[in-house]
Order: sequence, then structure tokens, then C-alpha cells
Amino acid sequence: MSVAPVDLPIPGAKKGTDTFELAERGSKTKRVKRRLTSRTATVVSLFIAVIWTIPTFGLLVSSFRPEEQIKTTGWWTLFQNWGLTLENYREVLFSSSVSSPQLGSYFVNSLAITIPATIFPLVIASMAAYAFAWIPFRGSNALFVLIFALQIVPLQMALIPLLQIFSRGIVIGGATIIPGLPQGTYMQVWIAHTIFALPLAIFLLHNFISEIPREVIEAARVDGASHGQMFFRIVLPLALPAIASFGIFQFLWVWNDLLVALIFSGGTADVAPLTQRLAELTGSRGQEWQRLTAAAFVSLIVPLIVFFSLQRYFVRGLLAGSTKG
Amino acid sequence: MTTADLINKILQVVIALAAFAAVVGLLLFLIDKAPKRGRDWIQLAAFLLPAVILLSIGLIYPAIRTSIDSFYNAKDQFVGFENYVWAFTQPAGLISLRNTLIWVVLVPTLSTGIGLAYAVFIDKSRGERIYKSLVFMPLAISFVGAGIIWRFVYEYRGAGNEQIGLLNQIVVWFGGEPVRWLQGEPWNNVFLIIVMIWIQTGFAMVVLSAAIKGVPAEQMEAAELDGTNPWQRFVNVTLPGIRGSLVVVVTTITIATLKVFDIVRTMTAGNYNTSVVANEMYTQAFRAGESGRGAALALILFLMVLPIVIYNIRVMRGQKEIR
Repeated sequence: MSVAPVDLPIPGAKKGTDTFELAERGSKTKRVKRRLTSRTATVVSLFIAVIWTIPTFGLLVSSFRPEEQIKTTGWWTLFQNWGLTLENYREVLFSSSVSSPQLGSYFVNSLAITIPATIFPLVIASMAAYAFAWIPFRGSNALFVLIFALQIVPLQMALIPLLQIFSRGIVIGGATIIPGLPQGTYMQVWIAHTIFALPLAIFLLHNFISEIPREVIEAARVDGASHGQMFFRIVLPLALPAIASFGIFQFLWVWNDLLVALIFSGGTADVAPLTQRLAELTGSRGQEWQRLTAAAFVSLIVPLIVFFSLQRYFVRGLLAGSTKG
Repeated sequence: MTTADLINKILQVVIALAAFAAVVGLLLFLIDKAPKRGRDWIQLAAFLLPAVILLSIGLIYPAIRTSIDSFYNAKDQFVGFENYVWAFTQPAGLISLRNTLIWVVLVPTLSTGIGLAYAVFIDKSRGERIYKSLVFMPLAISFVGAGIIWRFVYEYRGAGNEQIGLLNQIVVWFGGEPVRWLQGEPWNNVFLIIVMIWIQTGFAMVVLSAAIKGVPAEQMEAAELDGTNPWQRFVNVTLPGIRGSLVVVVTTITIATLKVFDIVRTMTAGNYNTSVVANEMYTQAFRAGESGRGAALALILFLMVLPIVIYNIRVMRGQKEIR
């Protein structure tokens, strides 16, 4: 059996295609437990694991060290130069002095951007996916393939014209059809993220929603349910696992995004997310390690919590969505 | 941030969510009340049009527009292929193309290689889950965060001073001179690439690990009974068994690498000849005001990604059918 990368859960399908479930099942089978090579393998994997962890660990330790120690001694000398403090975090989050990063504001922005930018595309994509799956119409297939094909358009190709539309509105022949969006609000970032998420979201959710047994849908239709009711009462609840998987992926994608933010947020403390502020700090205060270390961790904490608590769903969403962008 | 700011922000989000819910709810409520004649079309439109309109405005039109813009200069004069000529002859364009090539050779091969080796080594070992989590974790971290983490590893202090960057400390321990890793060409590119490898290895490892567990145990046992050594089993049984997943991993990482932007932006901003196509596109279009050149670079990026994405999608679909 090969592992399909597009692997959202399918109702009624056999369980266990999830990678971590597979891991457990693999260890439970009666297969002969002989590892490829024993000792060298252990040493090498330990070595890789340590190398992969140390950079993050070093940054975490440093973020708790006092400024003059971060700047003059390595974090591995922590025990010779003992000293731990929360001062860095207090400074980057809450200090209101002009020179400090004032991350509190940007943290709120990140949340304020990410939550709607996760919900909007999920709802719009579910609706479209429902239409493609359960409302037959001429050209349905062609349109679906077109939307699917939009995944190949890199973000970069859409940035300049979309920004122009946002600032000028849609003008056809001198008449303004839709006015431009106001500056200094989250609106531009939300809409940009929503649009960029749609092709993949529609594709994945359609895969899932079209797998809902026909009898269920037919039964509801016979009972006189309208499309609106069927969407809310039947399709959404049944598709929830898939929506959750993609939701987590989208949440992390938006939270970690820099490019879309750079272009559509305007860069002020009113709108810009943490990533943008961090990128700015590394440029302008690249040597202020007491701030950078703590600031980096402020931005990492949310994805890491999501990662460790929802790892299994994260794996699914990630495998499904890894070609996005 | 004042309390007023905070309230304003929360209000923005709450109002937006409420307005969105109201519009969607109302839309779906109204279509049930639509006149009998043409109800089918109204219902279809209500479900489909929001997505179609957004995609037309936000992806289809911009992609066409960008393609056209790539033939115009900053003053809106038609210049033919001049922007493309620029990209393939001038230092800024050439260097970013060269670097993208280096990235795209090194990142997929090394992260897939390391990820595969790691997946094989930890397969069925004690603590496999923890091993996995450790290497997988960087994937949850933003490129910007990863950039800061690694800039700290590469940090430079003059010889004689105490080092605070781990890499230079190791060099000093072995009796060497500290180095400005991110400034010396052409190796600084490699030090940026390491960051991407650090992130992508976890992805390769998780997918390949699942694939390895999918290789039938009987095949392994049969090969073992034939008296093969572990290496032979790996080459003749495991590798053919995970071929499909390998292709997906390599192509997926290749696509991500072609579009890499944040790492370069955060760590060097493209200075010291480390720019890549996606970064140069941003620099030209949004910093230098050369939207034509930016558009040309975006189109070049599109053309580079295109064949790989198509290939990737075909492999994925093939796999789905097999399943």
C-alpha cells in the first residue's frame, strides 16, 4: 500500500491511514522485529535528533538570560554564567517605550488576522464544494478543473494587480463598480488570504463532501430539505473532520505567513502580524538578541501549542496542503 | 497598545465575523424562499458565486494582468521582452536565478535523503514518536522564526572575544578562526539553504516513515530468509515499495523551495549575493518600483513551478486511484 499524500479522513473508510496510527499498528503486528542495523542506526538518529533540536533549544534558553549575558557569553555556558529572567519577555510584550518591539499589539494582530482568514475560506470553500458535489449543472466538471488548476499560480503572480484592486477598487470604463478597501484595517489581509486558500480548500473539501453516501443526501431530499438545510444540517456536520484538518493547516499557514502580510498589511502596528514585526526587527535591530530571542518565541508559541496538541490532525492537513503557496 | 486600540481590533474581528455569518445565513435562507421559477439557478449561484467571484478577482485576473505587465516598464511603456532580457543578463536577475538553482538542487535532495535515513533508522525503535516529533517540529515554525533561530547559531564575534553563536564556538573549539557565515560568497547561500533543509526534513521524514510502514512485512521476511543483508533489503525491497511517496516528497519540497522567500528576506534580505527569484521579485516590484521586472520574475517563477506541479498532481492522482 502506498500512502496517498492527499489524505483527509473519509467517513466509513477503513481507519489507520494516518501516519501515527500506522506507526502504532506497525509495531503491533507480529512482523519480525529486526531493525536495519542496530547500534549505528541509534547513534546516527540520536545525532540527527540532537542537531535538529539544539538551535531551537539554544534560542529558548537565551530568551530567559539577561541582556548583558546573552550578548557576551554563549547560552551553553549557562551554568558558569548563571542567571535567568523574564525581563526580555516583559520588555518585548508590554514595554511601551518607543524603542521596544511592543509585540503585544502585533500578537493581537496575528490572532485577529488568522481567525477570520481561517474561517472565511473554509465556509466559502465548503459551499462551493457542496455545489460541485451535489448540485448537478452543465459545465460543473470544467469549472471544477479550472479552480483546481489555479493551484499552480504562485502567489507572486497575483500580488501586484490584487494590491491595485484593493487600493483603487474595481473600475470599469471610468465607473467605479466596487470602491477600494479602507487602509489600516485587516480587510485586505483577510480577503487576500481567503482568495489564496480557495483553490486547495475547494479541491480537498470536494473530495470529502462528494464521498458522503448518496442515500443520506437522497433521504434528506425526499424529506423535503432544501439545499440550504442540507448544507447546514447534513453536509457541514459530516465534513467536520476534513474541515478541521484543513482549518489547522490554514491557521498555521496564515499565522506563519510573511509575504501576504508584507504586501497587504501596510506594516503598521494597527494591522501587521508578528512575522512582519520580527522580520523588521531582524533588519533594524539584528544585534539586540535579548529582544530577538524572546520575540521569536512569542511568535512560535502558538504554532508549537497547535503542533503538539493536534499533531495527528496537523499531519493530515499538512500532507494534504503541502503544495499550497 | 492602548485599551482603545485593543477594543477597536476585537470589534473589527467580531463585526467581520458577524457580518460574514449574517450574509451567508441570509443567503442560504433566502434561496429557500426564492420563486419556483429559476430556483435551481439561484441556489447554484448562491453556493458557487462567492468562490468564483473571489477567484476571478484575486487570482485569474491578476495572473493575466501580471503576464501582460511583464512586457511593460515602470513608466507603462511597452518594452517587449526587455524585462526578461534584464532577468537573464543583469547581475541582480542572474544571481537570483543562479541561487534559486543551487537551492533547488540541494534542498530536495538533502532533506529527502536525511529524512529517509532518519525514518529508516528510527523505524520500530523505542521512542519513535519522540524522535519523530523532534525532527518534525521545525515544520510548525514560521520561516521568519527559523531565520532568527539560525541567525543566532551563525552569530559572529571577532576572534579573541567570547563567541555567542554556536557554530563559531565549535570552530573556535577546534582551533579555528570565527567566520562571518552569512557574508562570505558563495558559501553564505549554503548556510541559508541549511535552514530550509532543517525545516523540510521533518516533512520528508513523516511521509516516508508512513510509506516504509506500508511495505508488506512478508516481502521483508522473504528477503531476510534469502539471506540478504540490511542494505540489500533497503535497496531491493524498501526503496521500490516507497517510490511513489519519494516522488511526491521530492516534488513537493522542490515547489516549496522554488518559492522560498521568507528565509532569505529575514536572514540577509538578499544582500551578499544571496537573493533568490521570489525575493528579487519582491525587491524589484515593491522596493525598487520596477513592477515590470517583478512581473517578469513572477512569470519565470510560474514557468519553473508549472511542470513540477503538474507532475506532482498526476502522481498524487495516480496514487489515489491505486488506493
